[in-house]
Amino acid sequence: MLELKNVTFAVQTEFGEKKIIDNISLKIDEKFVAFTGPNGGGKSTLAKLIMGLYKPTSGKIYFDGTDITEMSITDRSKLGIGYAFQAPVKFKGITVRDLISIASGKKLNVTEICSYLSQVGLCAREYVDREVNNELSGGELKRIEIATAMAKSPKLTLFDEPEAGIDLWSFNNLISVFEKLEEQTNGSILIISHQERILNMAQRVIVITSGKVSQDGPKDEILPGLLSANVCKTLADNM
Amino acid sequence: MSELSAIQKNMLKEIAGYEEIPEGAYNLRSNGALAGRRTTANIDIQTKTDKPGIDIIIKPGTKNERVDIPVILTETGLDDLVYNDFYIGEGADVLIVAGCGIHNAGGLKSEHDGIHAFHVGKNAKVKYVENHYGEGEGTGEKILNPTTEVEIDEGGYMEMETSQIRGVDSTYRKTKAKLGDRAILVIREKILTHGHQKATTDFLVDLDGVDSGAHVISRSVATEDSYQKYISCVNGNNRCNGHTECDAILMDNGQVDAVPMVNAHTTEARLIHEAAIGKIAGEQLDKLMTLGLTEKEAEEEIVNGFLR
Repeated sequence: MLELKNVTFAVQTEFGEKKIIDNISLKIDEKFVAFTGPNGGGKSTLAKLIMGLYKPTSGKIYFDGTDITEMSITDRSKLGIGYAFQAPVKFKGITVRDLISIASGKKLNVTEICSYLSQVGLCAREYVDREVNNELSGGELKRIEIATAMAKSPKLTLFDEPEAGIDLWSFNNLISVFEKLEEQTNGSILIISHQERILNMAQRVIVITSGKVSQDGPKDEILPGLLSANVCKTLADNM
Repeated sequence: MSELSAIQKNMLKEIAGYEEIPEGAYNLRSNGALAGRRTTANIDIQTKTDKPGIDIIIKPGTKNERVDIPVILTETGLDDLVYNDFYIGEGADVLIVAGCGIHNAGGLKSEHDGIHAFHVGKNAKVKYVENHYGEGEGTGEKILNPTTEVEIDEGGYMEMETSQIRGVDSTYRKTKAKLGDRAILVIREKILTHGHQKATTDFLVDLDGVDSGAHVISRSVATEDSYQKYISCVNGNNRCNGHTECDAILMDNGQVDAVPMVNAHTTEARLIHEAAIGKIAGEQLDKLMTLGLTEKEAEEEIVNGFLR
């Protein structure tokens, strides 16, 4: 479904060229795949390269066999790629109803919009006509972002750290949202996360470190090593 | 009222959202002359005898009534000036819908200048909606220069929603207000200019009364080669709350100057001003494009939402 061939993304810094993504090649066909790894490792950049928010310096990206490397964000979206931002974008005047309708590609009635909002645990009618702006909390914006991604119902949805910026109570709800999503969706999910409970849902876990794939395999192989490394790190920090 | 032409009906739709004037009091002015009027038991409309214009007198205690005072110009070369005075009686609660549509099919300038004075009585509540619109295939300019003067007595409340979306070549909007004790004024203005249009909006609010308050909020979009200027001066002359905000989107070669000013003349005045001018944020375009819109569609969606 998704293939990256020798993808590199470099930026110019005062110290010269820096490779944020360094020659990554991956083939992804699983339904639920998680990217994890240290902050600054390149996970979000990789997701942005797949969505077309950034263009690779070199390499190719294929989606369902089509070369999408030079395609616009809009064309990738039309091909069936969706993206939930880590920091949801805020607007002035655009409402929840507008965003979900745009995502679904048609005018939706209140009942249809509510069904998406209920799935992310929002008391729907209160939110339909609210503006997607600063008056919503981080957790509310995040849920609306996920509802929007669900309304688009793409073949592949990229979720960039859905757990970032939300409180523990919301997090528990978020987990159940993803459990449901995994059961119900016909599409595939590619999720960036640091959370064990989210990683645990994935079939395959890919660890990105310093712009490269440092580990890649089924969850059962990768996750125990990651967790014990974390425990060791925590112990070391405590000592 | 005489039968309206298709052009007149379309103008009404653009400025007031209807083709036939709804129930209630109204005064329709077309090409500089009275074209229809209805009064009710509580709302009287009288033609001024000393100058062009009308007095709208709303009895104290009038509730849930509306007055429509649309103005339509369809003749080219017309220069129309009116003075409209609104007297809103104590404790009344009413909606006033005004608006001016110019259809200029000729080569001469068409201009309508409405000088409106509002006297909002004690504890009265009024919502004033004013839409300005211009159209027509002619080369003649379409000019609207409204002046609004507001006086709100103790405990009165006025909400002004004004908009000018497309079609008006030149406008100078002047709004002055004086507020008594516990009086509140909320102004929401929306302007979209295009082509070589120029729009200036100029607010002066005097918060004279104790615990008076004003919010002056402007959202504007300047596209193509148009220019807008926003001037807002809120004077805090007593214990009061004042807020002025200009939010503008620039597109193409559009230009906006903003001069938000707050003057505190007592230590009890609390005043805030905000102004934000800039292009549409790249991430907003990116977000809508990830949902399948093209860049142009995303821009339209953002502008429409912003000016809603």
